Amino acid sequence: MNVLIYLVPMALVLGLTGLAAFLWSLRNGQYEDMDGAALRVLSDDDLAQ
Amino acid sequence: MAETLDLALFVQRRDGTAHMDLAVENVTCAACIRKIESSVKRLPGVVDARLNFTNRRLAIDWHESDLAPADLIAALEDIGYPAHPFQPERAETQEAQHMRWLVKCLAVAGFAAMNIMLLSVSVWSGSDMGQETRDFFHWLSALIALPAAAYAGQPFFQSAWGAIRTRQLNMDVPISLGVILALGMSVVETATHQHHAYFDSAIMLLFFLLCGRALDHAMRRKTRAVAGNLAALKAEFAHRFDGSEVVRVPAAALHTDDRLLVRPGDRVPADGVVLSGTSEIDESLVTGETALRAVGAGALIHAGAVNVSGTLTMRVTAAGTGTLLDEVERLLDKAVTARSRYIRMADRAARLYAPVVHATAAFTLLGWLLAGATAHDSIVTAIAVLIITCPCALALAIPSVQVVASGALFRAGVILNAGDAIERLSEIGTVVFDKTGTLTLPEPRVANAAEIAPDLLERAARLALSSRHPLAAAVAREARERVPFEGATEEPGQGVRALIDGAEGRLGRASFCGIGPRELTEPDASAIAFSHAGQTSLLVVRQTLRPDATETVSALRACGLDLIILSGDRAEAVAPIAAKLGITDARGGLKPAEKIAAIEALRTERRCMLMVGDGINDAPALAAAHASLSPISAADRTQAHADAVFLGERLSPVLETVRIARRARRLMQQNLWLAVIYNAIAVPVAIAGYATPLIAATAMSGSSILVTLNALRVRAGKRAVGTGASPAEITLLPVNPS
Repeated sequence: MNVLIYLVPMALVLGLTGLAAFLWSLRNGQYEDMDGAALRVLSDDDLAQ
Repeated sequence: MAETLDLALFVQRRDGTAHMDLAVENVTCAACIRKIESSVKRLPGVVDARLNFTNRRLAIDWHESDLAPADLIAALEDIGYPAHPFQPERAETQEAQHMRWLVKCLAVAGFAAMNIMLLSVSVWSGSDMGQETRDFFHWLSALIALPAAAYAGQPFFQSAWGAIRTRQLNMDVPISLGVILALGMSVVETATHQHHAYFDSAIMLLFFLLCGRALDHAMRRKTRAVAGNLAALKAEFAHRFDGSEVVRVPAAALHTDDRLLVRPGDRVPADGVVLSGTSEIDESLVTGETALRAVGAGALIHAGAVNVSGTLTMRVTAAGTGTLLDEVERLLDKAVTARSRYIRMADRAARLYAPVVHATAAFTLLGWLLAGATAHDSIVTAIAVLIITCPCALALAIPSVQVVASGALFRAGVILNAGDAIERLSEIGTVVFDKTGTLTLPEPRVANAAEIAPDLLERAARLALSSRHPLAAAVAREARERVPFEGATEEPGQGVRALIDGAEGRLGRASFCGIGPRELTEPDASAIAFSHAGQTSLLVVRQTLRPDATETVSALRACGLDLIILSGDRAEAVAPIAAKLGITDARGGLKPAEKIAAIEALRTERRCMLMVGDGINDAPALAAAHASLSPISAADRTQAHADAVFLGERLSPVLETVRIARRARRLMQQNLWLAVIYNAIAVPVAIAGYATPLIAATAMSGSSILVTLNALRVRAGKRAVGTGASPAEITLLPVNPS
């Protein structure tokens, strides 16, 4: 059962990282234009001409 | 006379750059995004331009010294995307903030639910687990659950506290109580090394409920975004005249005592007094009256009327100084307070539910004590009853249906204003229609278009494009090819003429076109003549019924609804329309107060009614009726009091609204019964003391999923027919109705 001593904190840290990433993306406005994001991926104007 | 466009109202300034939001039409694909953004960014002084495809809005930041806001709009117009300056309403920004908060709570609850479930599953399945390990897992769950619940439970705790303070009871009270008791008991149980802790149930409950609430909110935000775009599309501009030059300003930027110029064909942008000029005005949007009113200096005119013949100058007066508007405002105050007494189905259910559940828990406690159980066991069982009856399914039963139903309405071209509108719409037994602009189209049309040779009508219509006269505007709507003839000149008071294929074509008064004066048989119709190369014709312009009015009215009757017309127009104008539609109960010449009196009389017969109207004179009646609908062409003051607004030229959204609302109500009731059945099964198990955390978790999630799936059935059934919304209206919608 000693394995729990580092498995449990690891699980929690991973979970918290995911939560933090989500909250960051929310604050960053990444959910403001869901339909637009799906279409912008199709445009090529970020490529070097 | 030079004319400039003043958009200062819409420009926000921060850190040396100006910012403006525009609602953009015709945005349909990925290419549009790039085209719009790149061409705006090429303009001098533009710092950034970003198009939000979801709500069809373009945010522009630029240096004001280099570029005027009007040039930005002109540039967009040039590449084929008409744009309308947009002022975000405070309600919309508040809702965006609230939504972000709900999603944050949802994320925290989701994170906690996943991690606690991981620990709980280990406890449930590890029967050979030692007491120390189990306690460790329980403490770990507590460590995650307590802060998570304190954060993610805020929407429920705040609402419950608000209700308790006003000595009310809503669904959030039993929810908050259940969550707090479950967590408190679990901590005590863990501290005393017991087997069962309910951390997972409490957090999962919050997670499910937050999902429901966030979806509900997202739907409401979407409809509000569309309503905002349509408001920007419809926004009126006024010609402000300050002695030397005429400035075009948005009607929202007008102040009392501003002097305005109202040209023929313009809508009067604000309430005011005529200073000079004489004209006739069409007040059908104000009073429902289709006959024109002659006005001169000193006359009071109201926002929404259309100036027909001469140019007027007017002075803006404070809103509501006219006798009609005074009456409307006074009636509105009374009607609005009557409406707010409506109690929503969910709250009615909560009022029945909470006492029953809390009494059951109390009896469980007493019963076990009398049966000789220890105080600890009795309390644990009683709390288990409260946890398992915590109204997860009940709290989702109604919002889940509402989300799906408002989505279905949205696709049918109906935009909901009020949160409880669906419930009220489903209860109606009578539909009261206004005539002008509701049963009939908001603008007059050529009534005898079918009797005129198509190519002659097309030439007349294209010539009419060059005139600003309202009668010509009606003719212009018949044009298939919307290209005006070159070199057309308008002769004030006479008509418009141009050289068409080498011969002169004239549109206007009969005498102007060389036809002898002719009497019209209908009193509310006007005639406009057209002559070209020896051919002449007389076009009869008048209010016509919406294209599908007859079918919709008979379908509504087939739904078992009583139909009534209450109109502000003269009785002689109402009778032919009523006869055509087969509505026997039609009353004309009603003042706003008489409309309300008629509605009150119907209410005393205990019939719930739906009022459909568009005029300012209908506003009090819309507010007083059990439920109300307005076409998108309605006056702003009226729309604000309607539960929902429908798009397009057709009347069928009214029928669709009633159908969807009724189906939604059936499903809401079914869902409530599902929740009751769930409780009827789960409560005896809990009373008997068998509600282990595993059973609680499965039962709760099972019932929540069941009601949500059932709610999805609102979408089943017949697909909504086409809405008839105009292309501009459709492209402004965040999601194209399919």
